[in-house]
Amino acid sequence: MTQKTILNETHRALGAKMVDFGGWDMPLNYGSQIEEHHAVRRDAGMFDVSHMTVVDLHGARTREFLRHLFANSVDKLKTRGKALYSCMLNEQGGVIDDLIVYFLTEDFFRVVVNAATHDKDLAWIEKQAKAFDVKVAERADLAMIAVQGPNARAKVQSLLSPATREAAAKVGKFAAIEGDNLFIARTGYTGEDGYEIIVPEGDAVSLWNKLKDAGVAPAGLGARDTLRLEAGMNLYGQDMDEAITPWEAGLAWTVSLEPGRDFIGRAVLEKQKADGVPRALVGLVMDEKGVLRHGQRVATAQGDGEILSGTFSPTLGKAIAFARVPAGATTGVEVDIRGKLVPVRLVKYPFVRDGKACEGI
Amino acid sequence: MNEIPGDLKFMKSHEWARVEDNGNVTVGISDHAQGLLGDLVYVELPSVGDEVKAGNACAVVESVKAASDVYAPVSGEVVAVNSALGDKPETINEDAYGEGWIFVVKPSNLAEESEELLDPDAYAESIEDEEH
Repeated sequence: MTQKTILNETHRALGAKMVDFGGWDMPLNYGSQIEEHHAVRRDAGMFDVSHMTVVDLHGARTREFLRHLFANSVDKLKTRGKALYSCMLNEQGGVIDDLIVYFLTEDFFRVVVNAATHDKDLAWIEKQAKAFDVKVAERADLAMIAVQGPNARAKVQSLLSPATREAAAKVGKFAAIEGDNLFIARTGYTGEDGYEIIVPEGDAVSLWNKLKDAGVAPAGLGARDTLRLEAGMNLYGQDMDEAITPWEAGLAWTVSLEPGRDFIGRAVLEKQKADGVPRALVGLVMDEKGVLRHGQRVATAQGDGEILSGTFSPTLGKAIAFARVPAGATTGVEVDIRGKLVPVRLVKYPFVRDGKACEGI
Repeated sequence: MNEIPGDLKFMKSHEWARVEDNGNVTVGISDHAQGLLGDLVYVELPSVGDEVKAGNACAVVESVKAASDVYAPVSGEVVAVNSALGDKPETINEDAYGEGWIFVVKPSNLAEESEELLDPDAYAESIEDEEH
């Protein structure tokens, strides 16, 4: 059965083209995904991300539990509202999901995981939580709207009460505040500033309409994908999965190997690091015309790799991609597009940050 | 959806063909097809002089979302291509039946092959069947 967010009728009334995404009926675009992409890069756009799963964890041993569950260290979270991006690994070091965890109090952390991995994530978290006596509560009563772009924060703030507005204006990157019955996090998946707002379902349609009246453009999953790839952000299921370790997914920066913390998958990660990681995730830019796409073969002197996420970058006007290639590949890289080998450049990503192409792209 | 011009013939795979006064056949993709693909970002054109065969792929249109082959509605020699699409592929989104034409064929077997093509009503019906 296809699931619908509380904003489903609102999307349809706006003329959205709807698609199935991980079992959810979601807007792909509201007309032109390229215009929606530019709206986020140049002004402000909003995404319904209510399909994502909010899980609240309660219990005296919650921090201890999360030190065991996540590859990144929740010990970095010291002040209320602070957020951390992490992978949750299986015993083989493979990625079960990537997520954001928020610290609220020592006995209350909030986790946001992907929609398509909902069932296996909850089953895994509940299984591991038992030993720590942590209560796992899915918050299906909450909706989520991501408002992103250079003018996103100002437009959201214009709708808040004075006290909440002040807190939201002050909150630093990768942290959240609460007010006006909203959970307002300065996080996102676009490479622009902005907020991800968690809102009770009953208030979500009204918030969406107020944001629209404030000049925030509705944007669909199509724009969300081009924005996140330009920003150099991984998509679960495409750039990594349970057969891939963070080392091979460009996520080494999210793994914390501080001494004395025995997280799930650690032993395998340490062994792979010592033995040498055979493959690496790299960024590709194609200067010739055409589009890089998932599944295309990447030819290198060290052997073949493949494109994981590939798209046309509306900001750069050329194709960009993530590829997994044999370690050591740097130059002379080509992509097989319909039987023709086309040269591509291997680059350091992100490709785009804060509206502009990054250096070397 | 835009009205389908009455002088066009279609393939089920969404190409349109128009027989011009000089007997050549102009080819593009339908307005319905551009809507399915979304914003177009690249068109791979055939070369002038290429021999194409009815039903074979001879061009590619790519949107942000997907790449799609364009099949030749009729056999013959390619005598013109719309090279303006190289810089402005979005012309197909804006004017699929006009400025968004893709190539022109000098047909070699038009009388027989045009029998296989759909008139606008039959094409509209085939779209409806696809959607249900």
